[in-house]
Amino acid sequence: MKETMFIDPQRCIGCRSCVSACRECDTHKGYSMIFVDYIDRSETTATMPTVCMHCTEPTCSLVCPADAIKQNDDGVVMSALKPRCLDCRNCVNACPFGVPKYNSAMHLQMKCDMCYDRTSEGLMPMCASVCPTGAIAFGTYEQIVPLRRTKPVNAHVFGNQHVETKVYLMLPTDADEVKVDGCGVFEGRVAMDPGQVGTEESWIDTQVEESDKSNEF
Amino acid sequence: MSKVEHLEQIIDRFGPHLHDEPYGGWQAGRVIDRVVPTHCPYCGVQCGMNLLVSEEHVVGFEPRYDFPVNEGKLCPKGVTAYLQTHHPDRLLYPLIKKNGNFERASWDEALDLITSKFKAIQSKYGKDAIGVYSGSSLTTEKTYLMGKFARAGLGTRYIDYNGRLCMVSAAAGNNKAFGIDRSANPWSDIPLAEVLILAGANCAETFPILNKFLWQQRDNGGRWIVIDPRETPTARQGDLHLQLKPGTDVAVANGMLNVIVREGLIDEDFIRTKTNGWDETRPIVEKFTPDVASQISGVPAAKIEQAGLLYGRAKTGMIMHARGIEHHTNGVDNVLSYINIVLATGKIGDPGRGYGTITGQGNGQGGREHGQKADQLPGQRSINDPEDRKHVCKIWGLPEDELPQAGVSVVEMFDKMREGEIRAFLSICNNGMVSLPDTNNIRRSLEGLEFNVNIDFFMSESSRYADVVLPGTTWSEDEGVTTSAEGRVVKINKAVDPPGEAKEDWWIIQEIARRMGREKYFQFNNPREIFDELRIASKGGKADYFGVSYEKIDKQNGVFWPCPTEEHIGTPRLFDNKEFYHPDKKAKFHPIEYIGADEKPDDDFPLILTSGRVVYQYLSGNQTRRIGFLVQQCPEPYVEIHPETALKLRINDGERIKVISRRGEGVFPALVVRTIRPDTIFIPYHWGEQLAANQLTNPKLDPTSKIPEYKACAAKIEKIHSRELPILGKGRKGTSLSEAQRGK
Repeated sequence: MKETMFIDPQRCIGCRSCVSACRECDTHKGYSMIFVDYIDRSETTATMPTVCMHCTEPTCSLVCPADAIKQNDDGVVMSALKPRCLDCRNCVNACPFGVPKYNSAMHLQMKCDMCYDRTSEGLMPMCASVCPTGAIAFGTYEQIVPLRRTKPVNAHVFGNQHVETKVYLMLPTDADEVKVDGCGVFEGRVAMDPGQVGTEESWIDTQVEESDKSNEF
Repeated sequence: MSKVEHLEQIIDRFGPHLHDEPYGGWQAGRVIDRVVPTHCPYCGVQCGMNLLVSEEHVVGFEPRYDFPVNEGKLCPKGVTAYLQTHHPDRLLYPLIKKNGNFERASWDEALDLITSKFKAIQSKYGKDAIGVYSGSSLTTEKTYLMGKFARAGLGTRYIDYNGRLCMVSAAAGNNKAFGIDRSANPWSDIPLAEVLILAGANCAETFPILNKFLWQQRDNGGRWIVIDPRETPTARQGDLHLQLKPGTDVAVANGMLNVIVREGLIDEDFIRTKTNGWDETRPIVEKFTPDVASQISGVPAAKIEQAGLLYGRAKTGMIMHARGIEHHTNGVDNVLSYINIVLATGKIGDPGRGYGTITGQGNGQGGREHGQKADQLPGQRSINDPEDRKHVCKIWGLPEDELPQAGVSVVEMFDKMREGEIRAFLSICNNGMVSLPDTNNIRRSLEGLEFNVNIDFFMSESSRYADVVLPGTTWSEDEGVTTSAEGRVVKINKAVDPPGEAKEDWWIIQEIARRMGREKYFQFNNPREIFDELRIASKGGKADYFGVSYEKIDKQNGVFWPCPTEEHIGTPRLFDNKEFYHPDKKAKFHPIEYIGADEKPDDDFPLILTSGRVVYQYLSGNQTRRIGFLVQQCPEPYVEIHPETALKLRINDGERIKVISRRGEGVFPALVVRTIRPDTIFIPYHWGEQLAANQLTNPKLDPTSKIPEYKACAAKIEKIHSRELPILGKGRKGTSLSEAQRGK
């Protein structure tokens, strides 16, 4: 499978269409494996969708004492295997992205499996199918990236842990990796020196000055 | 007579109850017997979807990737829409209210009771003593039938529809400026526009799938100017946000046009050859310098300047608007002031250069074209025009003197109920107790009726006041066409039979007419026969459907009207040849002075209350407040308050406070957010009874469109003691940040 997911938080409108559609995937049994969170509703309407990033070396799988979490040949990290899952929740606590959830009714860890029952048959995952804005997109790197003005990033640094993922974040930055320090603070070009906020030159001033170059067709 | 006496029992029996899984539960590997391509029952985007049918039950959906508008995309309402079909709250048989209780009745009993009451009331008070209130979520066939039913079936002049609460200001403005009421461009033009102006349109929450086109435009390098009193998700994503005071759109639009005129960015040639009225309009626009506009609207002058330059200098551009500018006593003025910008720059009638209102309801466009509007006959014809009357009477075979004159708008119809002129009422596809302004007055109107009939598939807040409730169908149980907000006629297909004894709405309406002795005019056996009569009735009208057929819709993925002949493929873009629909083929400018909202804030009521929607609920919520997933995301209304305003009264986030206007008051949890203006508060309106935002809103109407002013009234907020709190909202979560966190 050449296709993967591209998550573009800029585009997310917080409608949770993905959350409702995830339940419809046959193997999910009515449970949604995707999360959409407000960043800080008191300040902004910005929201962030979270799917499994499908790490190259998945932490959830590494910490599983029962070897219940398998990564398949396509690099998709599956939900825990029911006969093996010990209910220990190591994976829930260890995942740096906070993706796996423990389903107490089913005594099972469940997580986004990139709708493997659909994607293995050439169908798009439910979340990417329904997402109105393309905040969650599914396709090959060559199909998706040239259409976007954001940068695909799949290297993440959590304190001392380096994680490479099958899923890309699309970011309005020129950084090559997403760095989060020990306190969970994002360190990147987007985070500005607080003293500078509001003093930067807006694109619109430049554009209005230069008049007719107001588009980039 | 029609009071609600046993509310708790009614709610126990008919809901809203939450239902959240497909028929037979969540199952893997279910055998699907058929896949029915159709469209979403909700908003005006009319996304394509496939319904999955197993053992004669709708058990799920599958994205309809091959439908070009949404390519499989759906919002959360669309995803969960199928859960309505087998919802345990469905009305399964006719109900007659006896001693305040709804009792099961046979169709014959219910229909005979209706006809005997209607006949008695009409013989005592005259034909016009019955009011008919219809809706635009019905298929076009049904909306056509409703107009014919009121005029030819009952002979009453009083019919109107809930599109009156939706986009009539846009319709009136479009007719005045262009001579026709339809979005000028297909949405496939949006990605071609360098600059988009989105005025009063929270597309992210109200037309989620339209965002597909908006982001395609963005990917092409396009820019958005968003005009909204709140920083909605759409405003946040835009390039320039003009955060105006509610009701001051005329000032902002005139201000932008002022900049465009000053900079010489108008299209003199287009204005001279293709339009009328510029000479009268220009002097008024010249008064609205960015400073003047800024003083009225509260938008910084520099932003008005930037917006004017950005749109004025772009080669292509589109202006789109929605309820935010239309729900005002000067709603038509607001619309016309934006159209003035379109006309002055000549950005119309080309790919990527255009204009359109984003109609709200599923069939908001089709539902306002074929005669269920108080003053309208099929094909956007006028009931006041002798030629139009003659044309329609000939097709119906109705003597001309039997065709009633124009009626009144729905809010005025409810006034006439209180005045005693309307004694009996039949409503279908609406829920006035939630969606009409000043609900306390609406309740008095319903309680004063002698006889009240309601057709719905769920017991709505308004159905509770009825004497007879008849069970109709959801969209998945009948076929017919709808017209989306871009003017595309699409086909809704039937997936399963109606449950229990529920009947197709057209059958019910026709059966009442027949029992009233008007069977001569009502001989339809199926929706297709109604559509065929509609096609002929609309022929030669502005909304000409004559060349539209069910087969052509299937073949072309929809047909844009006008489509005058069987060979015609339809008209995706209007005004391609720069000809408009006024007799001289020119468009018309309108000089618009700023008037503002009917109620402006004062010492007693210092805040502006504006109302609106959330993405998880649809209109009055009768359909969506029963779907577990949607209710979990937004279980009850809240009031958005700016932290500065909250601080003055020491209001915390999540605290329940009282909101008061001149008409009523309600208690809502506060959502303290910087995304709203300090002088403005916002409440979403999808709930009824003591949760209704419309207890507070102003029923004052626009003089032309008769739309109420939902988007601006004067209000105040008060802190309340916990002992005064009503017991509401079991298991609330997600209405505010603090609550959402606690809920987790």
